[in-house]
Amino acid sequence: MAEVLEKDVQKEELIDKVPKEPLFSKKNRKLLSDPFNDDNPITVQVLGICSALAITVKLQPAIVMTLSVIFVMAAGNVIISLLRNFVPNRIRIIVQLVVVASLVVLVDQVLKAFVYDVSKELAVFVGLIITNCIIMGRLEAFALGNTPWRSFLDGIGNAWGYGIILIVVAFFRELFGSGQLMGFQIIPESWYLANGGFYSDNGFMLLPPMALITVGIIIWVQRSRNTKLIED
Amino acid sequence: MQELVNIFAKSIFVDNMVFAYFLGMCSYLAVSKKVSTAVGLGIAVIFVLTVTVPTNYLLQNFVLQEGALAWIGPRFADVDLSFLSFILFIAVIASMVQLVEMLVEKFSPALYGALGIFLPLIAVNCAILGGSLFMQERNYANITEATVFGFGSGIGWFLAIVAIAAIREKIQYSNVPAPLKGLGITFIVTGLMGIGFMSFMGIKL
Repeated sequence: MAEVLEKDVQKEELIDKVPKEPLFSKKNRKLLSDPFNDDNPITVQVLGICSALAITVKLQPAIVMTLSVIFVMAAGNVIISLLRNFVPNRIRIIVQLVVVASLVVLVDQVLKAFVYDVSKELAVFVGLIITNCIIMGRLEAFALGNTPWRSFLDGIGNAWGYGIILIVVAFFRELFGSGQLMGFQIIPESWYLANGGFYSDNGFMLLPPMALITVGIIIWVQRSRNTKLIED
Repeated sequence: MQELVNIFAKSIFVDNMVFAYFLGMCSYLAVSKKVSTAVGLGIAVIFVLTVTVPTNYLLQNFVLQEGALAWIGPRFADVDLSFLSFILFIAVIASMVQLVEMLVEKFSPALYGALGIFLPLIAVNCAILGGSLFMQERNYANITEATVFGFGSGIGWFLAIVAIAAIREKIQYSNVPAPLKGLGITFIVTGLMGIGFMSFMGIKL
């Protein structure tokens, strides 16, 4: 499979770009780095918000979700990019849904087999990767018009740009909400009121609305630093 | 009867798709600039949810569940197809959305133009797939309960998007800090609305 893929990549590149472009040319590196800031899927493109917020109570499920999305998106992008010349335009949405749904079934079964606890915590949200608009959006906007290698990079870049927000939100929510990170106590026990200290957890951070407000604040910080993103 | 009223009220207020589970946020954020388009999309979502949840309930109970295929014959009694549920659910949803699209185009061309790309995108609105997946998770006792749940969730989503659209129409005239304009303030207002909706949580029906 890998061999076939690689051959295709090379062939495509020979056809599309003469002289041959290096695999990590400046343009290709931009595909990876743009989604971090200027073109972040969540804070700028407004895609894939649902799952981004629902599973950010703890850090661990957020990381598992990020990895799943990276896999689904990179693989989905490559598959659609390979198919792009054979799929009639009219049925492309259904084809995309089927490709993504099969990849998600794969992820779901793998998670159930190896990290059952986390898959219980993620519950319906693994299934909802299918309807995560980042994936559909990138398939539509990028994979349908680009070579497999570039689509692969775009998939990794966007999924990672999505994941970074997930991880940042989950970090703050778990730290302030329960004083833990990845299940380990970070804020010393002796600080707590119960043990004679001054601190108590802000349980509010664990409730759904705080995820929205945290993202709102991330957007605020990001746009204050990067003023060209400000809407009027 | 009381059970039905209970499910209905719960799915609108307590388990609101937007404020409790963040489902359907993408179209919620993108189509909520004007109340009139928000109402149109809200109604389309109510319709699609009310049709797809019971359809998927039937699929779940007669095809997918472990032992659901027993009606074909005893040989199939222990077949478990539940891993196929994502694909089948999404197929049902995609076809229903196609149906809605044709109906809207026929009966209300103005609305069809206003909704544009977001009508087909209902197919990838997580609230719709979420409705079916919650139905699967919560094991509703019969098809009426599933229908009421789908309808209630749709109304909850409709309420949420119309409310935020109204707020956004007003907020255009307010003095919001520049980096928060548009997306940022919408997130924060949604968060505050979510806090408001949480006050329904303690209610026992």
